[in-house]
Amino acid sequence: MTRTVALFVTCLVDLIRPRIGFAAIRALEAAGCDVVVPERQTCCGQPALNSGDRDHAAALAKQTIVALEPYEAIIVPSGSCAGTIRCHYPEIFEHDAHWLSRAQAVAGKTWEVMAYLDQVCGWKPKGVTLDAKATYHDSCSGLRELGIKAQPRRLLKAIDGLTFAPLAGEETCCGFGGAFCVKYPAISNAIVGEKADAIDATGADLLLAGDLGCLMNMAGKLHRRGSKVRAYHAIELIAGMGDGPAIGEEA
Amino acid sequence: MSGFTDRAEAALADPILKIAVERTAGTAEAKRGIAIDAFPDFEAARSRAAAIKDHVIAHLGAYLEQFEANAIAAGAKVHWARTADEACAIVIAICKAEGAKSVARSKSMLGEEIGLPHALAEAGIGRVETDLAEHIIQLADERPSHIIWPAMHKTRDQVSALFKAKHRSPHQEETIAAMAESARRELRTQMLNADVGMSGANFLIADSGAVCTVTNEGNAELSLVPPRVHIVTAGIEKIVPSMPHAIHMLRMLARSATGAALTQYTTFYTGPKRAGDRDGPDAMHIVLVDNGRTKMREEGLAEMLRCIRCGACMNHCVVFRQIGGHAYGGTYPGPMGAVLTPVLDGLAPNRDLIHACTLNGKCQEVCPVRIPLPTLLKGWRDKSWREGLEPTSMRAGLGLWAWIATRPSLYRPVTTIAMRVMRLLGKKGWIASLPLAGGWTRHRDMPRPAAQTFMTQYKKARRP
Ligand code: SF4
Repeated sequence: MTRTVALFVTCLVDLIRPRIGFAAIRALEAAGCDVVVPERQTCCGQPALNSGDRDHAAALAKQTIVALEPYEAIIVPSGSCAGTIRCHYPEIFEHDAHWLSRAQAVAGKTWEVMAYLDQVCGWKPKGVTLDAKATYHDSCSGLRELGIKAQPRRLLKAIDGLTFAPLAGEETCCGFGGAFCVKYPAISNAIVGEKADAIDATGADLLLAGDLGCLMNMAGKLHRRGSKVRAYHAIELIAGMGDGPAIGEEA
Repeated sequence: MSGFTDRAEAALADPILKIAVERTAGTAEAKRGIAIDAFPDFEAARSRAAAIKDHVIAHLGAYLEQFEANAIAAGAKVHWARTADEACAIVIAICKAEGAKSVARSKSMLGEEIGLPHALAEAGIGRVETDLAEHIIQLADERPSHIIWPAMHKTRDQVSALFKAKHRSPHQEETIAAMAESARRELRTQMLNADVGMSGANFLIADSGAVCTVTNEGNAELSLVPPRVHIVTAGIEKIVPSMPHAIHMLRMLARSATGAALTQYTTFYTGPKRAGDRDGPDAMHIVLVDNGRTKMREEGLAEMLRCIRCGACMNHCVVFRQIGGHAYGGTYPGPMGAVLTPVLDGLAPNRDLIHACTLNGKCQEVCPVRIPLPTLLKGWRDKSWREGLEPTSMRAGLGLWAWIATRPSLYRPVTTIAMRVMRLLGKKGWIASLPLAGGWTRHRDMPRPAAQTFMTQYKKARRP
């Protein structure tokens, strides 16, 4: 039975690295899903929500709920955006019974892409090869709001030739934090500097994670320091697109 | 630049501070991890601890009255203080009535919160801090930088130099034992000769009227038993129904703070010296302090009243680990301090504290009483936004972005143009300097956006 799922692309993937969206579609299709991309989606509203701007967060949440609610499942290639929809949309509407029930309905069927492929589809990549050594950073929202830890690792292990180097402090925040990194650049820099040290120390060729915001932060720091480590969203490798340009490389 | 940013940047530029913080917090993190792994079902124990506190906070009035009645029955005097000033005034009045000239104080964060050291100085009453780290802080004339290790920002070398400059007969050898001996020589007589012993309370036991303190140095016992008078200042949220509850909380507290199963000294003080007792104070006064706590319960911060001041949240905080405790500027640093300081010192001057957090959730994950610290910080951000405290540039920027983002048919062309402009600023895949996002590009490069957005590429690919 094919499932029809909606892809919520996320604003960062849409604007900065569309490849992640296409990788998600490719993997979902390989897992037997029909993927649609609802037209009236933009941003989930997380920047407003985390800044205390409740009204705009609610407006964006409503728009997103309307765009996504017709579908059986909503798939998001980002732990923090999926976490916003799953965990925080119901909080936004805690005093609005009508929107609360709609928010809860959408929240209940929203999945981070790797969690969905692994837990719901029971799927693994087949025939994907990549000769490389990778290290994995657990992005905070995915890890702590959605319990994403084993799922990406299980999927990645099915890639032939890919080996792993554990990252010391893999669950430690990279210092991105959305607006945090531009509001408190010096603190953020100190945190991501230590993260970059840990990444370099693994001797890995590739840095993988499940959130583009964190990846941009870490890859941007690694590049500024002249590190040779290349960064990808894990879904790119899982979809067999790990041989293309890494973050910050041009095709 | 704000005071917080200045202090944070100064801290970041101090390599010795970094070493000192990393040593203590890093060790605590590692030891806690081992202790929690060995604890049978720590998650259930956390839930129970949170439930105990929630129950007490929901029935605070009744438990406080029970505590008061039992403490009085045991011979103590109970005082109530609404504010920090009231609490200090009560303490000073007791000291004056007792003709006290000197006070031996066992470390208490509540005492710091209400400004007790300052109040004693103003009243001309001598104060000796008897916790080793607080002793260091007193000698250096500083403020604590951590709620468990007040002097965690100091290295051993710095402490050695301080002791040599201030102790009457300082250590000769550069060993920890010799330094401890030097402090012991300095402190012991002062403790034994003090008129008043002062402490906070880790727990107040409602059904017995007992006050519990924990230390690793035994300094509370030596500060509180020999003097004539024992004065306790305690936050009203410190109450637990009975001894078994206190024991459960103690198990959580010690492990979360240091990774130890129990502190070296755990003492329950029930009233002053009784007839036939060989030692103990003649009088015991307990000052129960509100100082914003009732208001916290009413204004959406009830969960914060669960806090048992273990320090795990700061030990595991990526921001605290970089900047240490002083940068926060309040009595309490780290995640719990960022939630509490706006209550104690006002939101407007402490806006930075609620924003200087990546919301990574680690603090909540380790908190032994499951305080949703990131949610509480976001609650402060909501309030700050509602009350118009956020800068105009921020409001305008987010407003414009949201206005566009809620109009998808406008959002597509606008973002397409914006990404094209952004692409022009970069070369070979990266942007090294980005106007309006200097905070990003000062320290790292920004990947250049794709030539076409996902939505554009997707539509093209699907066009029949
Ligand atoms: S907030 Fe939680 S982790 Fe932090 S000091 Fe309080 S009890 Fe400990």
